[in-house]
Amino acid sequence: MRDRQASAPADVAVPVGAPPPVAEIGAEPGPPADAGGQVALRLDRLTKVYPGASRPAVDGLDLTVPRGELVALVGPSGCGKTTTLKMINRLVEPTSGTVWLDGVDVRSLPVHELRRGIGYVIQQAGLFPHRKVRDNIATVPRLLGWPRRRIDDRVHELAELLDLDPDLLDRYPAALSGGQQQRVGVARALAADPPVLLMDEPYSAVDPIVRARLQDELMALQRRVHKTIVLVTHDIDEAIKLADRIAVLNVGGVLEQVGPPEDLLREPATDFVADFLGEDRGIKRLSLLRVGSAALRRGPVVGTAASADEARQVMAREGTDWVVVCAGDRLRGWVGADELDRVATVADAEPRRFAAVVRADTTLRSALDVIVTSRSRVAVVVDDPHAGAAGASPDARYLGILTLDDLAEGVTG
Amino acid sequence: MTAPLAAAEPLVRWDWVRDHTDDITAALWEHLHLTAVSVAVGFAISLVLALVAVRWRWTYEPLAGVCSVLYAIPSLALFGVLVAIPFFGLGFRTSLVALVSYTLLILLRNIVAGLDGVPPAAREAADAMGYERWRRLLQVDLPLAVPAIVAGLRIATVTTVGLVTVTALVGMGGFGDLINDGLSRDFPTPIVVGTVLSVALAVALDVLFVGLEWLITPWARARGAAAGGSGRAEVAT
Repeated sequence: MRDRQASAPADVAVPVGAPPPVAEIGAEPGPPADAGGQVALRLDRLTKVYPGASRPAVDGLDLTVPRGELVALVGPSGCGKTTTLKMINRLVEPTSGTVWLDGVDVRSLPVHELRRGIGYVIQQAGLFPHRKVRDNIATVPRLLGWPRRRIDDRVHELAELLDLDPDLLDRYPAALSGGQQQRVGVARALAADPPVLLMDEPYSAVDPIVRARLQDELMALQRRVHKTIVLVTHDIDEAIKLADRIAVLNVGGVLEQVGPPEDLLREPATDFVADFLGEDRGIKRLSLLRVGSAALRRGPVVGTAASADEARQVMAREGTDWVVVCAGDRLRGWVGADELDRVATVADAEPRRFAAVVRADTTLRSALDVIVTSRSRVAVVVDDPHAGAAGASPDARYLGILTLDDLAEGVTG
Repeated sequence: MTAPLAAAEPLVRWDWVRDHTDDITAALWEHLHLTAVSVAVGFAISLVLALVAVRWRWTYEPLAGVCSVLYAIPSLALFGVLVAIPFFGLGFRTSLVALVSYTLLILLRNIVAGLDGVPPAAREAADAMGYERWRRLLQVDLPLAVPAIVAGLRIATVTTVGLVTVTALVGMGGFGDLINDGLSRDFPTPIVVGTVLSVALAVALDVLFVGLEWLITPWARARGAAAGGSGRAEVAT
């Protein structure tokens, strides 16, 4: 035990739920000014030099994580991202610098109490193979000495939150799929409702389909529980998808840039960040933007009662050989120029359904896919809760059209 | 070597067996007692040594080295030395010391291998959840090392059952007394009875351990028959 621990108050509460008391730290430099406020976690000149290493694994890292935010630490192997994560719950002790958790120097708490107040999720889940799922989830509440009844209730609550079949609770981890194990790992980390969650490459050991689903689940979960999450990943797409902010680390634990994914993709601060984001970072930005946020064009639209001549005029104006047919704001379909010869109004031409429709909450990246695979190089944007693989449903509301030019505008504008 | 056995003598004289059931039962209990106490004491010592070796890694090789030397000492020589020391003399203590010293190497290596075989992810998770060192050892490391530890206990027990017969030389033989008796009288029946029962006892105890492991490691069966039931660590003999 360190002297510093011995001098800490014996009854320092584990920071679960409520903001913990500020620990006595005597002559040490004081906690940040916003202690107990909006900042959940602050890394202050954090440095780690492993014994015998010629260069630091982490070098003077400053990072602030606001409450309820998900920050991703990304970088190539050897960039110290995992070391940084482990210094937060003191699995690795820093050589110098300080980690402030809710305004408390993490070294002022007994290490076991500190860790019981921080959720931890690791690669391949790291479940205890000799314990049933329910006992795995109950790990930290048991260490905290919760009454049995409360533990049981909490286990069932978490099973529900993570969509785990109650039947799984009495199985051993080896009988679970990789995705199920990872969910149990998250349930275990959340068991005592810690305000901070550390995740070390949580999805790198599961296949891409399961990974995408688990990522979606994490986002949905985060909208409900609002944890402060530090996520370590080498997968930049995962970071872009999940993180509120991304911290890019270079080899030797040097922070290259930190900011919202959108900012990094638009303006990488260094060549290293630009390289790490990849050559397709323009495309990647599209995955952050929604169709609804782009400037939609009205497009070549006519009402059902429009005459063939009116439709031809609209086509000429818009430079297309087809028109969108709407009844009021309801999308009825499209009619081609060669179908107008024999009819009086466009409705008589029996408009055909659009195959290439996107919804306002679709990412621009998906919209791009729709555009380049559609014959007309256009995605029709609809407000349509029932849109499926077959295209727009009969009650879809027409919002506008999106072209490649519009997408480019969205990225550069 | 003793003189060849008389050709006319049958291998087993059942009337002798009938007349000596009390002696045979007594030999069984003595054999069992000596085996159980030796393995138990050996296990207790090995466990402490293994925990020291795992905690302070540099001690492992020296400890294993000492155990190897003990293991390599011929039993006859060991008996010879111990019998000459007044505290030990002929009997239980000398037998125990010899038998225990032969279990140490096997048990130490298996316990250490078992503790080393704990999945690093489980260990890291335990630390990160806030287990104290001793609690992690009792609740995570040792339970996960059970298959390797039981594997060591099985070998140590079977070996000890065989070695107990040799301790007849210092007056504590169990079935070894029967064998000794038969050898000294050119009388095959006790030799056969002692040998067969000794082997049977070894097999029975081995089966007992298999059952015990099955009972206390239900989790190892969850991974299915394909994985062999238990992630058994290497066995050092």
